[in-house]
Amino acid sequence: MKDRGYYKKFGGAYLPEILVATFDELVEIFQTAKNDPGFWEEYVEIMSTYSCRPTPITFAQNLTRHFGGARIYVKREDLNHTGAHKANNVIGQGLLVKRMGKTRVIAETGAGQHGVATATMAARFGFKCTIYMGEVDVQRQRPNVFWMERLGAEVITVTEGTRILKDAINESFRDWVTHMDTTHYVLGTACGPHPFPEMVSYFQSIIGQEARKQILEQAGGLPARVYACVGGGSNALGTFNAFLDDPVDLVGVEAGGEGLETGRHACRLSSKDSSIGVAQGYKTYFLQDNDGQMRETHSVAAGLDYVGVSPILAQYAETGRIRFEAATDQEVVDALSLTIQKEGLIPALESAHAFAQAFKEAPAMTPRDIILINQSGRGDKDIFTIADAFADPKWQAFIKEKAEGYHA
Amino acid sequence: MLESYLNNRLKQKEILLMTHIVLGYPTFEDAFKIIESMVSAGVDLMELQIPFSEPIADGSVILHANQKALAKGATVKKCIDFAKTVAETFEIPFLFMSYYNILFKYGIERFVDTMAENGLQGAIVPDLPPEEGKDYLEAMDKYRLSPVFIFSPTTSDERMNYLGDFGRGFIYCVARKGVTGVDTDFSRQLEDYLVRCRSATDLPLALGFGVKERADIDFLKGKVDIAVIGSETIRLVDKEGIGAVGGFIKNLR
Repeated sequence: MKDRGYYKKFGGAYLPEILVATFDELVEIFQTAKNDPGFWEEYVEIMSTYSCRPTPITFAQNLTRHFGGARIYVKREDLNHTGAHKANNVIGQGLLVKRMGKTRVIAETGAGQHGVATATMAARFGFKCTIYMGEVDVQRQRPNVFWMERLGAEVITVTEGTRILKDAINESFRDWVTHMDTTHYVLGTACGPHPFPEMVSYFQSIIGQEARKQILEQAGGLPARVYACVGGGSNALGTFNAFLDDPVDLVGVEAGGEGLETGRHACRLSSKDSSIGVAQGYKTYFLQDNDGQMRETHSVAAGLDYVGVSPILAQYAETGRIRFEAATDQEVVDALSLTIQKEGLIPALESAHAFAQAFKEAPAMTPRDIILINQSGRGDKDIFTIADAFADPKWQAFIKEKAEGYHA
Repeated sequence: MLESYLNNRLKQKEILLMTHIVLGYPTFEDAFKIIESMVSAGVDLMELQIPFSEPIADGSVILHANQKALAKGATVKKCIDFAKTVAETFEIPFLFMSYYNILFKYGIERFVDTMAENGLQGAIVPDLPPEEGKDYLEAMDKYRLSPVFIFSPTTSDERMNYLGDFGRGFIYCVARKGVTGVDTDFSRQLEDYLVRCRSATDLPLALGFGVKERADIDFLKGKVDIAVIGSETIRLVDKEGIGAVGGFIKNLR
């Protein structure tokens, strides 16, 4: 591997020796595909016939009126097949797996969206599939576990460590170092060793390419600000990429959890609680202690509940090109509720972080200003968490009744 | 220097034994007793693993030992102080094994300086290939310590030569794909791989991953210079307590 994927001082490929040859092959396959114009065409073709690309942008007329400031547009990644931007990355990597001639895919998942997308791709392309998911996330995202299993994937509950996304990534690596001859690890976000950050953001860049064109056509100009939530950072990079050279304020929104002051959050770039480190094969800002041990993170949204962040985003945080903010669990649930009521849109809890931050800023802007929010996924999967957040009595009664039905 | 110690030792013994412990597991006191019985059972060198929260190259046995040591309050400072005592007490060479973030957060040169000052002789950092390890390699060279690099069955001949140029002390050959603590098939295929390793470097060769009984070590005699016992002693401590370690080691050769 000659180019080791550095973005200023972030990124790299801190690989155990056993994986070096596997990564050399992956870099080679990816570069060849990237230089082949037919590859991107094939990718776009599949995304437009199997998924729902181009996804539209929606003018949020009622929210715009409600806040009385900027005109709010929403990029509808929730309309992808399987309900999130994750499909973009997964189908792209699936095409590479075919080129490599491998027969099995593995993936980590937090919210379950990446796991479902991977299991779907595996079913479609005829690959065997194993998904690693932390025990905490299995609990909070049970419907996605059900779908992954129906899709033929083996779902392995990870009981190590903090039992969330990072632990699922570790277990995926442990599987991969044993089975790399037949198996590709479909990493779900723009993190990990090179070439994953570059490769995942390359496939996700389809979001921004479409959105930039659409907003110019529909809104008649560039947005003043673009908002996206940041877990690992793949939907944010995918959306922001197309606007990097424009006079557009790019805002990444991290999981503020119970509030920055409580320490129970997952803010790597918008808090002072993180520091530069190397784990899971790459260098970036991590939420870690002074010894370099990773800390527990917290978020209502499993997909943002992660200790590290894309090295590409870490670079833009340092250059100041992207601004990073935090939205708390409570702000997110409120924003979600408002969006459902005003627009009939149901963003995932992850995506609702972007909405929450946009709602904080929109009132102070003018109707001449356009803002674009990336709705990275749909919220159906969060029904249990959202029902709990609203303490919905009818839902609780239904669940009790359902449970009794199984005892009968 | 580590390499000359090993070569001298190899004049007296057909194969050397390297063992591994996780610092602070089950406790620092018990870890000390384990080292004591390993040394008196004739172990030739040891790796002392500083626990890390994300040990991706380790299988469940060592992973759990890492997690439990951290949960009981093992810090990098405690590990370093403990290693100092150990290196002062026992004659054999000790190496640190840990993941790169532990060194990186401590400060690479500061970490290497501390190792040298406390009598450690080298380090194994499984997630740090030489391409990413410029600062580490310079510091190890400056303090005359041995950076130990790893060969694996997927490593090409060309890359073995490359890694061999950076390695000091010995080369750690991983017996198979996968993580630590899983069985290895001691077969003809392994033999062929070890022939490749031998022709790539003049450094002594250690073989680890899945070595757990006398038959494995008999197989390795004449093929490598050092047999590495890793997860098996932790498994033994978990099952039979620290008292079982000495007898187990004595029966290996």
